Amino acid sequence: MHVVILVKQVPDSSQIRVHPQTGTIMRQGVPAILNPYDLFALEKALELKDAYGSFLTVLSMGPLQAEAALRKALSYGADEAILLSDRAFAGSDTLATSYALAAALKKIDSCRKIDIVFAGKQTIDGDTGQVGPGVARRLGLQLLTYVQEIKHIDYEKKKVLVHRKSEKGIQVVSSQLPCLMTILDGHSAIRYASLPNMIRAAKAPVKIWNRMDAGIEDISKIGLKGSPTVVGKVFAPQSSRGPAEMMEGEEPEVLCSILLEKLFKKYPEVEKEVLQQVR
Amino acid sequence: MKEKYDCIIVGAGPGGTAAAYTLASNGLNVIQLERGEYPGSKNVQGAVLYANSLEKIIPDFRMDAPLERFLAEQRVWIIDKDAYVGTTHRTAALNWDNADRYTILRAPFDRWFSKKAQEAGVLLICETTVLDLIKEKERVVGVRTDREDGELYGEVVILADGVNSMLARKAGFRKEIVAKEVALGVKETIFIPQEILENRFGLVDNQGVAIEMLGAITRGMLGTAFLYTNKESISIGIGCLLADLKKEKIPPFELLESLKNHPAVKPLIVGGEVKEYSAHLIPEGGYHAMPQIYGEGWMIVGDAAMLVNSIHREGSNLAMESGRLAAETVIEIKKKNARFNKMNLVLYKEKLEKSFVLKDLRKYKNFHAVIGKNRHFLTTYPEIMNVSLFSLLQVDGVDKRTKERETIKNILKKRSVSGILQDAIQLWRATR
Ligand SMILES: Cc1cc2nc3c(=O)[nH]c(=O)nc-3n(C[C@H](O)[C@H](O)[C@@H](O)COP(=O)(O)OP(=O)(O)OC[C@H]3O[C@@H](n4cnc5c(N)ncnc54)[C@H](O)[C@@H]3O)c2cc1C
Ligand SMILES: Cc1cc2nc3c(=O)[nH]c(=O)nc-3n(C[C@H](O)[C@H](O)[C@H](O)COP(=O)(O)OP(=O)(O)OC[C@H]3O[C@@H](n4cnc5c(N)ncnc54)[C@H](O)[C@@H]3O)c2cc1C
Repeated sequence: MHVVILVKQVPDSSQIRVHPQTGTIMRQGVPAILNPYDLFALEKALELKDAYGSFLTVLSMGPLQAEAALRKALSYGADEAILLSDRAFAGSDTLATSYALAAALKKIDSCRKIDIVFAGKQTIDGDTGQVGPGVARRLGLQLLTYVQEIKHIDYEKKKVLVHRKSEKGIQVVSSQLPCLMTILDGHSAIRYASLPNMIRAAKAPVKIWNRMDAGIEDISKIGLKGSPTVVGKVFAPQSSRGPAEMMEGEEPEVLCSILLEKLFKKYPEVEKEVLQQVR
Repeated sequence: MKEKYDCIIVGAGPGGTAAAYTLASNGLNVIQLERGEYPGSKNVQGAVLYANSLEKIIPDFRMDAPLERFLAEQRVWIIDKDAYVGTTHRTAALNWDNADRYTILRAPFDRWFSKKAQEAGVLLICETTVLDLIKEKERVVGVRTDREDGELYGEVVILADGVNSMLARKAGFRKEIVAKEVALGVKETIFIPQEILENRFGLVDNQGVAIEMLGAITRGMLGTAFLYTNKESISIGIGCLLADLKKEKIPPFELLESLKNHPAVKPLIVGGEVKEYSAHLIPEGGYHAMPQIYGEGWMIVGDAAMLVNSIHREGSNLAMESGRLAAETVIEIKKKNARFNKMNLVLYKEKLEKSFVLKDLRKYKNFHAVIGKNRHFLTTYPEIMNVSLFSLLQVDGVDKRTKERETIKNILKKRSVSGILQDAIQLWRATR
């Protein structure tokens, strides 16, 4: 069984700071990480490898630095890593990204038949959740979104049974292989890689493909040209919280009345309401 | 079959990476283990980089190392409660290309240095903690990490795991940390826009300033404080002997707060925004505290070997120098096809003795003991200097001769002539 996992390198959003003077996002010095949602997809794929001995390919589109994210995926146990990197991809939106990834997947499939493609639920920087479905549509693959658990795979009959989360509950869905699944977060945390895998990943070559390697001739479908979406403006929302205030004192009763006094002073309408209730 | 490495290095700070780089660029098969997510990830400090030790390893480091500013100006301040006397040295002879000291931020610097080592062929494995040394009889033959199948074997192991060196202590190469031999340093990075910073300190063309401070700010405890300018931030910190902090029960961040509010310092950082806060131990025991640094199949470099010159606040350069010398030792022994036993590894100690590392540590070997016992240096003298200068400079209708007489009388009230003489002799001896 051949499983491909789509992964994206993203800035660690927990460490992004807003420039105190200009209010712009300071990307400089912010470490890049593997999109956390993709780790759940990768773990699901690794479980398939444990159970069925599947061959795992990780595929990413991004700048050359994204090699680090792929190497990380290798250290967890993926077998092969391919980075789609070409100036022509710069400025891609979800439409152009899914086009390029679909082309690369076709190329991969021609060397080794793909049975399942995994994608994360969404990324933490773009947040659209469109890339997985976009790729499935372009390749004409069955699409299973919000997959929580893979219950069973019948490789002979090319069938898969999964649990997918819906608004009202859990759906038990079966599908034909090959298919594309987007994996829900929170169900299987990524494993701790073994030392031999860490060493293998540090030494392993990451294949770098340009657009020609991926079989993309028509550059009007990729990069800025192939991207109808334009991000008009990015801004940091104003924090609505005021500064915290410490109240000092020993007696809880005294503290409470100070607190109430302060609150009532700030929100007279609340005071009115409370007094009415009390009466 | 397990692969056997020529050398296993624990830690990817300046010490470990200097060793790794030197070994790999001489064609040896090196694996380096770092517990952080990447080299420098656990280190949010700003610091002064001393060019010389790095230059011996990467001569053209100025081309692409993430340096903040070169130090064109050095100030030393002796601080009293609300005043200071100080000296300033600034020279136009230094520029970006020939300077001997630069300010850096450790996180990007350590990362850059390690990238160079990886390009030279070092196999770096991050997010992996070494838990134990594997010994066969008395010989260290490898390390055990926290990962599955996590054992590695090598001909020699270099410990570069920093001041706490859990490994050296566990293996019995080093005693437990003594509060009298380490300082606790706390520091902050304060963001200040480049233009304001440069105007405030009078800096052009990547010039930078370092200010070293001692006196009332440590409240009689053995320690110093510093302030460095980065590109668009200031690193400010204070460190005191752990034993003193414990005795006085003063939380170090409180010291840092009062340093920042001292009238000499406050205007320099006003309007800034605190970006990062960190605390770290500094080995300050000097020459006497240095453990055994080599043995059967192992060597210790950098902070783990307590190689810090606290009087001049040099640490990373001693780490790099010792790392490089340990690596050169490995290379020489390997060339001779000899064994990495204690008898041959003594070469490392000999190299260190000949270098500035142990020459400097030896020069100051009694410094801490002397200053530690005689606190007048940290309390009485800063006060005397500030008060005397204040009264001598004040134009208040009192004639100068009377002022001089008053000043001397006041000084002698604080410390007798024989006391001052004794202190002077002690200080002289402590730095010989
Ligand atoms: C702040 C910001 C706002 C943006 N807003 C928009 C927008 O409004 N409209 C728009 O079209 N584009 C937008 N983009 C660009 C968009 O993020 C990227 O073009 C696209 O590569 C991925 O979209 P996504 O990050 O939303 O991925 P998602 O669709 O959220 O990703 C889902 C899954 O698809 C896979 N995947 C996604 N990207 C890659 C990749 N490069 N390589 C391999 N696998 C991948 C991963 O498995 C991932 O978990 C924005 C980018 C940023 C940084
Ligand atoms: C507040 C302060 C200010 C300073 N200012 C300066 C200055 O301006 N100039 C200067 O030259 N020096 C300065 N120093 C000293 C300097 O930081 C150290 O001397 C220097 O970092 C020592 O380098 P090292 O490689 O020996 O250790 P470290 O830099 O501490 O590196 C040790 C590495 O080993 C890793 N590690 C530890 N244990 C394990 C393990 N078991 N397994 C795997 N990895 C492990 C750690 O994660 C770390 O990355 C300062 C120190 C402090 C605390």
